[in-house]
Amino acid sequence: MRLWRWLVGFVLIRLLRRGKPAEEPAEQLPRRRRRPDRIIPVGTPERRAELLVVLFFALAVVCGIAFVVTYGIYKPRQLPDEALGLEMGLCLIFIASAFTVIAKRLVVTEELEEEYPSESPEEQEEIVEIVHESGSRITRKRLLVGAGAGAGGALGLASLTTVVSIGPFWATGPLDKTPWKRGVRLVDEEGRPLSAAEVEERTFYTAFPDGADPELIGSPLIVIRLDPSKLTLPPGRAGWAPDGILAFSKVCTHAGCAVALYRKPTFTPVEPNVALVCPCHYSTFDPFTGGQVIYGPAGRPLPQLPLMIDASGYLRAAGNFSARVGPGWWNVRSKPT
Amino acid sequence: MSPLFRQSPRDSSPQDPLLTPVRFIDQRTAAAPMLKKTLRYLFPDHWSFLLGEVALYAFMVLIATGTWLSVFFDDHTSKTVYHGFYTPLQGVTMSAAYKSVVDISLQYPAGLLMRQTHHWAADVFVAAIVLHLMRVFFTGAFRRPRELTWTIGLILLFTAFLEGYLGYSMVDDLLSGMGLQIGYGVGLSIPVIGGPLMLAIFGAPFPGNTHFWTRMFIMHVFILPALLATLIAVHLGLVAMRHHTQFKESPRHTNKRIIGVPMFPGQAPRSLALMFFTVGILFLLGGLVQINPIWQWGPFEPWLGTNGAQPDWYLGWLIGALRLMPSFDVTISHFTLIPNPFWGGVLFPGLVLGILMAFPWVERRLTRDYGAHNLADRPRDHPTRTGFGFAFLTFVFLVFAFGAGDRVFVLFGLPYNTQLFAFRVALLVLPPAVFLLARKICRDLQGAEEVEQIQEEAEEEERRRSPTLLGT
Repeated sequence: MRLWRWLVGFVLIRLLRRGKPAEEPAEQLPRRRRRPDRIIPVGTPERRAELLVVLFFALAVVCGIAFVVTYGIYKPRQLPDEALGLEMGLCLIFIASAFTVIAKRLVVTEELEEEYPSESPEEQEEIVEIVHESGSRITRKRLLVGAGAGAGGALGLASLTTVVSIGPFWATGPLDKTPWKRGVRLVDEEGRPLSAAEVEERTFYTAFPDGADPELIGSPLIVIRLDPSKLTLPPGRAGWAPDGILAFSKVCTHAGCAVALYRKPTFTPVEPNVALVCPCHYSTFDPFTGGQVIYGPAGRPLPQLPLMIDASGYLRAAGNFSARVGPGWWNVRSKPT
Repeated sequence: MSPLFRQSPRDSSPQDPLLTPVRFIDQRTAAAPMLKKTLRYLFPDHWSFLLGEVALYAFMVLIATGTWLSVFFDDHTSKTVYHGFYTPLQGVTMSAAYKSVVDISLQYPAGLLMRQTHHWAADVFVAAIVLHLMRVFFTGAFRRPRELTWTIGLILLFTAFLEGYLGYSMVDDLLSGMGLQIGYGVGLSIPVIGGPLMLAIFGAPFPGNTHFWTRMFIMHVFILPALLATLIAVHLGLVAMRHHTQFKESPRHTNKRIIGVPMFPGQAPRSLALMFFTVGILFLLGGLVQINPIWQWGPFEPWLGTNGAQPDWYLGWLIGALRLMPSFDVTISHFTLIPNPFWGGVLFPGLVLGILMAFPWVERRLTRDYGAHNLADRPRDHPTRTGFGFAFLTFVFLVFAFGAGDRVFVLFGLPYNTQLFAFRVALLVLPPAVFLLARKICRDLQGAEEVEQIQEEAEEEERRRSPTLLGT
């Protein structure tokens, strides 16, 4: 109890002393100066602002240490990143608050004036003069400049040639490559062959060529079953859809996304039938007419793959796609090879 | 012969202890005059001049958190099976790149904090640049002698778009893969050279070969950051050499003389406060506000896609443009000259960049104002420019807003098709209307000020007259 009183008394005395007016700053700084006047004007001390700054820095210390402690006491994998973010963020924000107080109340803020820099016409002319006058020993200037430019150009060309190694620049064959040809069996994502019997209406299946890389742009297929009587496929595609089973490239002809949506007609006046929709920019393709674009930005129909059903009832390709697959480029409308 | 240095280290005369390091530096660099000038460099006092600083500090956070992340990131696409901490992905085949980012997010201590802070910092970085760009545009601060600063700032912004895009594409989650696919499609659509160019960059048709991932990684973590840092340095150097513009707040603020607060002591604590606030808020966001939870999207495969995918905000204008274009390709016999994604994905951003780049030169020509301007305009001081700026912003913003049209449909039930039609009409009608409206508001504000000034002058006159009247 006595100790408590003693402590309170001590703190009070300290606080009272603090309240005394500050001594003249000029006396506090006995400096040897060559100049009689100061550069920065004298400001009035602000003890409460100083205290506030100390408080903010102290809070920042608490948050910083809390970060380290939090990191230390939790097992990895159970670390609450929220707590870490909060502690790190608050530590920074307390430091920012301290600097705000310093900026607003503790630092002498002068408003000074100076000239905007202008231009230096003399130096400009001198630079030109130096360049011109340096060439007094040169008689055939254009020849020399031409030879130099030739050397520089050749060096640049030689260096740029190495860039060709980056890629197969003109061999664009791979852009058109698909693993599909007559007889290739359709398999699902697990490599299981797809039988005609398991393809149902009102849903769609993703299929791949048996034994080929599924990631190739020409690999993935959408397989659907439609009422054969409703099909109006383009001429020359007779027999491409055995039992009403159709296959299209799954890569959108607009920007190359996967045509991953199968639209169920919910509003028959404008959406009379099912359609294949790309979720990226909503290009919509009509499977009944062989993949024609009926909505969205795509500029080409979805390529169709002719199908056949083999003796064991499995689906196989009956040939290559009706057109080149993937997003448009210069040669995309050429016949598929 | 007098010695080269007035004071040698042996001099032990009593002196300010700070003089020792200052002298050490000056004797080795002869930089004391420059340092003194730097300390007293003047900053005009206006809040809107701090937007660029926010971008700078966000960039610092990007470098710091990005360095941390690069220690754990794996740029390979070789397949592995996930047997980690996160149960829903247990046994899923995925690329090493995606697995490493899932591990950063869920396994390494403070990894999620760093990753989310990095992502937030990227979004804030671009946002701060865009706001800064608007400030510079509407105050005419791009005019002579600051056209180069403007140009470099624009290159910075578009480099930042690419840098951000590569950053989230590297992760190889479902959404990033879809974004990369669209990028590939847009690249292919560049007339004539698109196919060979994309084949060269990707090394093979999409999804590309292993070289492509190394290329993307080195671009994102070294080449583009180095380019950004260099451009930022040149940008700031140009600002410092010509000084900031200033508003005409008083008759003392002229085209010839700058009035401001010196770097030290006045400006330094303000800038430091802004820096710590920016960094602090980014870490709070990174810790408390979830962004791009990639473990929920799952790994990407070229045959997978999901509805409702949205890019980071700064690429929203491109997805909007791609969706707004009507369906057509420009063809010459059986050759496809301009595939559809070119309009929205290449031409539209190219035009935006081109118009902004050319603006200082075009405005100068149209207004025949070739002078050097250190005084910043208020938007109303230049009604035509302000009108054009708002019309331009309206156009870009409408395209941007339509990028989220599918989300608007899901959230508010407004049919996508109705929106598409409305936005196409709005894109033709609104920008001219906004131009006329903004120009009129500027002119009215100017007019009101003139009236006010005339009234004030009249009152002054009145006051000068009244004592004489009383006297008689």
